[in-house]
Amino acid sequence: MADLSVNFAGVPFKTPVVVASGTFGFGREYAELFDLSVLGGICVKGLTLRPRLGNPPPRIAETPMGILNSVGLQNPGVDRFIEDELPDLKTLGTNIIANISGDTVEEYAEMAEKLSEAGVDLIEVNVSCPNVKAGGAAFGVSPQGAAAVTRAVKRVSKVPVMVKLTPNVTDIAEIARAAEDAGADALSLINTILGMRIDIKTRRPVLRNNTGGLSGPAVFPVAVRMVWQARRAVKIPICGMGGIMTGEDAVEMMLAGADIVSVGTALFRDPLAPLRVTEGIARYLDENGYPNVSEITGKVQLY
Amino acid sequence: MPVLTRAAIREVTTLAPEVVRLTLDARELAPLAKPGQFVHIRCGEENLLRRPISVCDAKGESLTLVVQRKGKGTAYLSERRPGDVLDLLGPLGHGFEIGEGRYLLVGGGIGTPPLLYAARSAPQADAVLGFRAGDAVILEEDFRSICGAVVVTTEDGAYGLPGNVTGPLKEMLESGSYAGVLACGPRPMLRAVAEACAAFQVPCQVSLEERMGCGVGACLVCACRTAKDGREEMRRVCKDGPVFRAEEVCW
Repeated sequence: MADLSVNFAGVPFKTPVVVASGTFGFGREYAELFDLSVLGGICVKGLTLRPRLGNPPPRIAETPMGILNSVGLQNPGVDRFIEDELPDLKTLGTNIIANISGDTVEEYAEMAEKLSEAGVDLIEVNVSCPNVKAGGAAFGVSPQGAAAVTRAVKRVSKVPVMVKLTPNVTDIAEIARAAEDAGADALSLINTILGMRIDIKTRRPVLRNNTGGLSGPAVFPVAVRMVWQARRAVKIPICGMGGIMTGEDAVEMMLAGADIVSVGTALFRDPLAPLRVTEGIARYLDENGYPNVSEITGKVQLY
Repeated sequence: MPVLTRAAIREVTTLAPEVVRLTLDARELAPLAKPGQFVHIRCGEENLLRRPISVCDAKGESLTLVVQRKGKGTAYLSERRPGDVLDLLGPLGHGFEIGEGRYLLVGGGIGTPPLLYAARSAPQADAVLGFRAGDAVILEEDFRSICGAVVVTTEDGAYGLPGNVTGPLKEMLESGSYAGVLACGPRPMLRAVAEACAAFQVPCQVSLEERMGCGVGACLVCACRTAKDGREEMRRVCKDGPVFRAEEVCW
């Protein structure tokens, strides 16, 4: 069988399949359904410096082949995460990726310092959450903002830093380059696409937050295109995500330029989706004679 | 612990317009299910999300679910036929806590079904079941076969007592001695039930409904604001609920 292991920004991943932040909590719930050690890594629920209650419900709306969510970074805060969740996560035998959002550059740095000290394997810097006013897209929509956060986190982090980009920009390549130039060790993309649904009977938005982030198969082609654009713009490795449901989708994302992939919304249909995606990648590699998964990254043959 | 399993439909019965009862052979899941828990059901290829459906009853390997056709997911479930196989994740959630004594069950509309299993699990039970209209009344005979007193109300007055559940509920709380009230139905009804129970100092548990994502407690979309000892928090309807102590819910 093909070798699925990947060295990603200096961190060894036993498979190229990780689970996406916000879809997997802190791992406890899915641990009741499968052995989490088979995952390449777990991106934990987005953390902020202080606890957040998140947005009022409804926080989810189904769309054709997608979902809109507006959770709004509900989380216990970075200190309680380190105390209550990280010790158990570290025993799982998979990489732990801490996802952080801040209101200010200083908050990002403070969290990164605490988390890298506490021993996470990678820090994912979220400059792309569409559901809260600060702490997200505010930084990610400009090259300067993305660079400022990246620099501040890099200055204090002892572990590799991955910057998560928002698709809600005109030129993803420009932001990707800014993050790389500021010292990012890797990129992850895409976060959700800002969307809205309205109930025509009540004339009210379906989400209590009015707008939310779109994910699922509906965004997959956008994600493939953006990963491909980012791949052409930077040399650092990329974690590709956005609507991956199958092994074939993951292979497509890797051909576009992803070194590893993240599975999120697919979990809601099939809780075992990460396993099936992993199996699907392995099958493709075997059928096409690739001994190692990293050989397909960026191998799209353009017209 | 939930299981991910496939279960064949043995029987489909129409209970009321747009409401069907599905009886499944769920060998793995049914023996695990407790009153008030739910199953998260995959609804074909066109619907990305599973749909949470309360367990109406579980006996041996047999699992009963009642589905009201509301949107695309429940339309898919309503159109299933005997022999069709469903992909189920469950049982999920925190159900009713049932101890000794006599319980009063208060159901509203499609919130009525999960109370049937609760009724069968309680040492003694009475029920107040409220419906919108006479032709929407479901499961009355099932409750009568298990419960002591059963009162049915309809808002259109076409069947049973006219009005909603609150009147009969207060009378029963006044005359009876209940260990607790177990309620499931629309949110305004639950709030009224919670207030009545607080006035009569009877412990009340409510089963809430919210749009769900993962169903297992990971994605945090089905949030419910609760307060305990003066501390507010967002809890997960799918994992910490769907059944909550009424006094903890921020209505």
